Amino acid sequence: MARIELSNLAHSYTPGASEPGDFALKAMNLTWRQGGAYALLGPSGCGKTTLLNIISGLLTPSHGQVLFDGRDVTGLPTEQRNIAQVFQFPVVYDTMTVRENLAFPLRNRGMAGKAADRRVREIAELLDLSGELDRKARGLTADAKQKISLGRGLVRPDVAAILFDEPLTVIDPQLKWELRSKLKALHRALDVTMIYVTHDQTEALTFADTVMVMYDGSVVQAGRPDELFERPDHTFVGYFIGSPGMNVLPAEIEGSRARVGGGTIELSRSYDVPSGRRIEIGVRPEFASLAPPGEGLAATVERIDDLGRARLARLRLGGHPFAASVPEALADIGTAAGVVLERAQVHVYADGKRLEGRA
Amino acid sequence: MDKPYDNRAWLLVLPVLAIVAFSAVIPLMTVVNYSVQDTFGNNQFFWNGTGWFRELLDPSTDLGGRVFDSLWRNLAFSAIILAIEVPLGIAVALAMPRHGWKVAATLVLMAMPLLVPWNVVGTIWQVFARADIGLLGYAINRLGIDYNYVADPLDAWITIIVMDVWHWTSLVALLCYAGLKSIPDAYYQAARIDGASRWAVFRYIQLPKMRRVLIIAVLLRFMDSFMIYTEPFVVTGGGPGNSTTFLSIELVKLALGQFDLGKAAAMSIVYNLIVLAVCWVFYTVMTNLDVERRRLPADR
Repeated sequence: MARIELSNLAHSYTPGASEPGDFALKAMNLTWRQGGAYALLGPSGCGKTTLLNIISGLLTPSHGQVLFDGRDVTGLPTEQRNIAQVFQFPVVYDTMTVRENLAFPLRNRGMAGKAADRRVREIAELLDLSGELDRKARGLTADAKQKISLGRGLVRPDVAAILFDEPLTVIDPQLKWELRSKLKALHRALDVTMIYVTHDQTEALTFADTVMVMYDGSVVQAGRPDELFERPDHTFVGYFIGSPGMNVLPAEIEGSRARVGGGTIELSRSYDVPSGRRIEIGVRPEFASLAPPGEGLAATVERIDDLGRARLARLRLGGHPFAASVPEALADIGTAAGVVLERAQVHVYADGKRLEGRA
Repeated sequence: MDKPYDNRAWLLVLPVLAIVAFSAVIPLMTVVNYSVQDTFGNNQFFWNGTGWFRELLDPSTDLGGRVFDSLWRNLAFSAIILAIEVPLGIAVALAMPRHGWKVAATLVLMAMPLLVPWNVVGTIWQVFARADIGLLGYAINRLGIDYNYVADPLDAWITIIVMDVWHWTSLVALLCYAGLKSIPDAYYQAARIDGASRWAVFRYIQLPKMRRVLIIAVLLRFMDSFMIYTEPFVVTGGGPGNSTTFLSIELVKLALGQFDLGKAAAMSIVYNLIVLAVCWVFYTVMTNLDVERRRLPADR
């Protein structure tokens, strides 16, 4: 049980690095509160696993400190940090039975006898492994093996945090849902900090209270799932979260008016735009609707995707691809069309970062 | 499911049969032929039936005594070198570097003894261990230890065993190293997370992953040591007395020394059967392991 803080933390795999490009993790200050359910979300190679391994102590950061409840643990080896971690691919001890596998972390820490046995049975129950406790781990399916790995992460009652490194990659989709809700339930029951690494937004948004989106070695936004959706702080967050992602278009801003793709729109706030930077506006397809030609911004329709529940228009707006929702009332429409944006949901970005406007 | 039958397949198999007949079957049959006859030279052969085999398998006869003595010696030799080379090979493999230029350097160093021909190994040690001029033998004697492999059976055994360990531990180590390299990093990381001790990592991760290569290593080393000939022949010539006369040395003495073709043929058949039996046991064990593995669904 602990609050985890990263203070001026950065990591480079090449010693003596100075260029920003040499860093797998760029300098960051972050706090994970005790008992939170966090997701680290980002594409492959953005530094998620590096960050996780630094917290668990498998990797020593080249710069900065890791603090558990204010205590500096940067130099402490994994064994002394009281952290559990579950990896992407199942790790089981082949020659042991399922029961011995689950008891292994407890036994190594001197916990034995009735208490350990009870704990093992509890965790086995939770993961539906009760029937297989006395089987050799070697003979099990990949699913079952990964459940054992999860079980070994969950079995220790006193850990500071449990880290999951894309633990459900090898699990089939049906079971995935089940296990994820179990993890969530377990989080509520145990009051332990959980950090869940994934590149799957659904997984992150359903599991976590706080989602941290990572991009190119930095955390670009941390917040509740609805915040990430409605107010992406970075164009990358807008693009990565949501399906399809946020539309991003180059724009020229003057006060509360934006010139986009040959048209002009009114914004809900006014902005002082710094000069010499790349200015863009971002709006989610959910907040942009297709309209008859002449209304809103002019666009050309490339195709209409029927998603079952809704229809999505793929457009070109001022030469850029753009996605917008199609109102139910709108009948078939030709190539020429208009797009109406929901004013409050249009954000302005400078060099990828969201600008706060004035009311 | 019906398998298609096509008699033309015989055409493809026949050349192989012919080659194997000339390279193995016919020579083997001449040995079988000799084993049931006695000869007094001059190409005169007399029928002896199973006489040689009965004598050979009866330890109270001269021939049987010699065969059994050398068989026990050979088994003892194989057991001792396995007991040394397997744990030592594992230890060396564990100590070998995993990354960087040192890997290549170590691999080359380790492969060196394996590249030396048997008789050269024998000659090296024959000179190296000599009490009068050999570096090793002379040094040991100067330390006050009486050591002379030509005169003392124990010294002779020690010399041959150390020589075999020097020559072949690399093989075991290299096989184990290959086994160790196949273990994904995640296993070691998980073990650290689980708080496993160094011993537990060895016992529950490294040893199980090395099991299959270890079986191969034991098989190879057993077969090789069970038919060892050149090195002890060069170093001790089977002596002092008969103390280092192993099966193959005994066989050569019978066949080429005494020219007892019948006895030697009978002995080589029995020798061959022992080797086949051991092979069969190992083969069965190994395929059983495979079956066990294949039964697992989606094993990774």
